[in-house]
Amino acid sequence: MSDLEHRKVSSIHGALMFLKGVKNVAYGDRVVIRNKQGGRRNGQVIKSSAEVVLVQVFEGTDNLDLENTWVRFLDEPFELSLSPDMLGRNFNGIGEPRDGRPPIISSIQRNVNGSPVNPAARSYPREFIQTGISTIDGLNSLVRGQKLPIFSGSGLPHNKLVAQIVRQAKLTGDSTNFVIVFAAIGVSHSDARFFEQEFESSGVLRNVVMFMNLANDPPMERLILPRTALTAAEYLAFEQDHHVLVVITDMTNYAEALREIATEKGDVPSRKGYPGYLYSDLAEIYERAGRLHDHHGSITMIPVLSMPSDDITHPIPDLTGYITEGQIVLSRELHSKSVYPPVNVPPSLSRLMKDGIGKDDTREDHPRVASQLYAAYSRAMDSRNLASIIGAEELSGRDRQYLEFARRFESDFVNQGSNEDRSIIETLDLAWELLSLLPPAALSRVSDEDLQKYHNWDGS
Amino acid sequence: MGEVIEINGPIVTIRQPGIHNGEQVRIGELGLIGEVIHLREKNALVQVYESTESLRPGEQVTGLGHPLSVELGPGLLGQIFDGVQRPLNKIMQLSGTNITRGLRVDALDRDKKWHFIPHETLAVGNPVRGGCILGTVQETESIQHRIMSPPDCKGEIIEHAPEGDYTIEEIIARVKTVSGSVTELKMYHRWPVRIPRPYYSHANTDEPLITGQRILDTFFPLVKGGKAAVPGPFGAGKTMVQQQIARWANADIVLYVGCGERGNEMVDILQSFPKLKDPHSGRSLMERTFLVANTSNMPVVAREASINVGVTMAEYYRDQGYDVVMVADSTSRWAEALREVAGRLGQMPVEEGYPAYLASRLAAFYERAGKVNTLSGKQGSVSLIGAVSPPGGDFSEPVTSHTKEIIRTFWALSKPLADARHYPSVSWLDSFTSYAERVSQWWSDNVNPQWSTRREQALALLSESDELERIVNLVGPEALSSAQRWVLESSVLIKEAVLQQSALDPVDSYCSPQKQFSLLELMLRYHDAGVELINLGVPVEQLIELPFSTELKRLKSSVSNDDLQAFETLADKIRKKFDVMRAEYSQQREPV
Ligand SMILES: Nc1ncnc2c1ncn2[C@@H]1O[C@H](COP(=O)(O)OP(=O)(O)OP(=O)(O)O)[C@@H](O)[C@H]1O
Ligand SMILES: [Mg+2]
Repeated sequence: MSDLEHRKVSSIHGALMFLKGVKNVAYGDRVVIRNKQGGRRNGQVIKSSAEVVLVQVFEGTDNLDLENTWVRFLDEPFELSLSPDMLGRNFNGIGEPRDGRPPIISSIQRNVNGSPVNPAARSYPREFIQTGISTIDGLNSLVRGQKLPIFSGSGLPHNKLVAQIVRQAKLTGDSTNFVIVFAAIGVSHSDARFFEQEFESSGVLRNVVMFMNLANDPPMERLILPRTALTAAEYLAFEQDHHVLVVITDMTNYAEALREIATEKGDVPSRKGYPGYLYSDLAEIYERAGRLHDHHGSITMIPVLSMPSDDITHPIPDLTGYITEGQIVLSRELHSKSVYPPVNVPPSLSRLMKDGIGKDDTREDHPRVASQLYAAYSRAMDSRNLASIIGAEELSGRDRQYLEFARRFESDFVNQGSNEDRSIIETLDLAWELLSLLPPAALSRVSDEDLQKYHNWDGS
Repeated sequence: MGEVIEINGPIVTIRQPGIHNGEQVRIGELGLIGEVIHLREKNALVQVYESTESLRPGEQVTGLGHPLSVELGPGLLGQIFDGVQRPLNKIMQLSGTNITRGLRVDALDRDKKWHFIPHETLAVGNPVRGGCILGTVQETESIQHRIMSPPDCKGEIIEHAPEGDYTIEEIIARVKTVSGSVTELKMYHRWPVRIPRPYYSHANTDEPLITGQRILDTFFPLVKGGKAAVPGPFGAGKTMVQQQIARWANADIVLYVGCGERGNEMVDILQSFPKLKDPHSGRSLMERTFLVANTSNMPVVAREASINVGVTMAEYYRDQGYDVVMVADSTSRWAEALREVAGRLGQMPVEEGYPAYLASRLAAFYERAGKVNTLSGKQGSVSLIGAVSPPGGDFSEPVTSHTKEIIRTFWALSKPLADARHYPSVSWLDSFTSYAERVSQWWSDNVNPQWSTRREQALALLSESDELERIVNLVGPEALSSAQRWVLESSVLIKEAVLQQSALDPVDSYCSPQKQFSLLELMLRYHDAGVELINLGVPVEQLIELPFSTELKRLKSSVSNDDLQAFETLADKIRKKFDVMRAEYSQQREPV
């Protein structure tokens, strides 16, 4: 670490600071900035040459001037001190305590950027996690080590849903609890408090590490916060053998901070002003979830993001969907019908479900039931559409059966209490109750044996 | 020795007199690998394949004197390489679960001995040209590796090794060139990845690449040596289509290039392929497969290299006389890597930030597909299948639209189909192929002469039903005639019984060409018979009520590829019922 302070700021704009005449500064290194009043800020080198060094300042450059700004190059990358004592603590984006307690002192320090996991070192995630929520367990199952985001919108109950998942998630036949890494990016005070109270009232607080950057905290710190949080998660999972559940909310705030800095740097924009590297940048974060050979622990990740104007094709949800292993999409329409959780089933997906369910993991009919529910609901949407054109009275008998199926599917299967913890067997039995509203001839995705065993058609 | 002038993310400016454009360099204390991509006055711009974090101006740079090239020889199959051909298993042994920087690892194992059997033409005094087969080694149980002279070799053999066990560094022949110098040949050579490997001439190609997927083989076929693209929004099934092709295609060699996609998808292949059997050879799939992986969390610029590294290795097996399939998932990530570098170089963006040369780079890549007469007098092919990941699923964006102009088979994936779990979600409306006529002879000779007719009938039926659905959605089903309602009914049957094919269904995952045809034909015969009955006055409701359609829809997963007799049993049952109905209604029509 260098003690030398430079007063060579040549220009300042936005969150960027240019220094002239500082030699041999390493790219990516950490920087500490002090002004006349002694206020301390953090920064990072984002371009370095013999003539000019470009520093990005996490707290912004308001109230800094060219004359009275001292810059110290720490000669080291951003690192986080790691210890099991982090559990139960609350930190800011660069890992400084927010809870008034002393900083973590440890000989174990890791670069927050990590280094890419070797794909050959991964082990394929396949252990079914029961969340107690039918639309997830039954239709879009989560497995240990998966990254499964929630695509939400402003005013939708994603916090409530995440809290319910955190409370209820467990492996069937396994009593070890998840350790939770909670990363809050640009969220409101009330949302932050909601989660703190949730963790407290469900008694998990001492198994939670929180990293928080609230709505009125420096926006540029949001760029480093998920990396810091994941560094902690990797330590807990792969060095301390925990099964870690990482909740990151709200990735939209992260992407907006990235756009802001990219614009200031003059990077070529691609869509909606977001830089072309948004995909790779998000992937660096999301791909840190997973399982590794020869390691006991795992990182399961549930990022939450709000879709600007509920638009799933907006670059943030779009690029996220291209990286994660599925998505749970929330629907404003269902929410306004008072369906909780308002999971929009058709666009929701879990890609890792296929290896985590079935005979040895949940029940033998599970994969076919899930596929059948999707097919039937999609067919029912056609009937609903038709009803809106010609009127429900004009519908054929079959179409009316589908209408009834869709109604019950939404009110009984999708909809459930925010404390209702359904076992996967209850979820599958419920699914068959609904499929029994349709005749066997309409159910070509399930097998004859399934029908005999579970279908209860009264022939009307 | 040169030095670092500036670091700007993956682009590093260096000063080193005499360095060439395209030359490989080692940068800084860690020895990061990079490639010179631009010369600008006294400086050179280098794209670095590894993270440049902690690099400083003033650190040293060494030019390696050669462009980015790959090692070609026995030992590629079964491996997984990174974007610049470093074996990831070796890297794991060296650096554990995460990839550290500056590692130097050879692509091919230097210690392994291969049993070399000289070819009969490998004899002292014989002339040798580029691409001659010198001998063979058994690379895996099912693949014989043909050791070739490097494409630029020319001269006379003055000495060669006898049959025996050799490492790839041992000399197997000495060649006296025209100029009188002596070249030593080993079992491997290097080739620069940005230069297509030479071949003798283009060969005609009308043999289909059979993938065992009905919507592909029967409806939108590809030929061996063809070029295809699979565009679709996230989650539509691009990777699944490509994995299915990698599993079941009737190719000799399969190369799976994961370019900017998920690490777990690579693991999926590495863990499942060794246990699966090639339906054509009966051998473990891993014996013919190898992978290149630059996953989305790996450095961006190596993504651009990975595609060229991959296709060069594919060409190498083509030159041995093999049919090679290379799938690339996703070419959009490769294009984004181009865009990223262009942006950092300050090149003028033309559309959505992409540089003007996007289209020509894409064309140059797909141009490396084809069936050829090789320098050794054999025939081999490279089929290229690229996934395209359009932002927002919008097919008018630059990568999709340029790709569409270049490829000959377009498997367009549809979000509504995927949302309804209709897999593969290949749209019968938006997809196209220009190979259908060329492969019809093969289908006629090997499967059934009716193939073309039935295929066209099915496509016509599907498009008619799409039209009818539009009408229903405007005015309701009452507007349709009985015949039209039957068309709708039959199209549902074709979609569910033929087009939908679950990759996860053990019976239906691979469907033989014979079964593909039999299924389609059975459904169309059912349709035709229904049309006839409707013309006789049978009410369409009565046909719809018949119990057969569920059974027909289950046929694909209840009857295996070698049990097609079961089709006839069901067909007979249907025929009997229809005969009864026909008799009944023809009597009614007779005037009494
Ligand atoms: N042929 C198929 N059979 C069964 N399931 C399928 C099939 N194709 C796709 N799926 C389902 O759809 C999911 C998504 O498919 P896939 O991962 O191939 O999408 P993708 O288009 O590659 O998405 P991305 O662009 O995000 O990588 C799979 O995990 C699987 O559940
Ligand atoms: Mg994919």
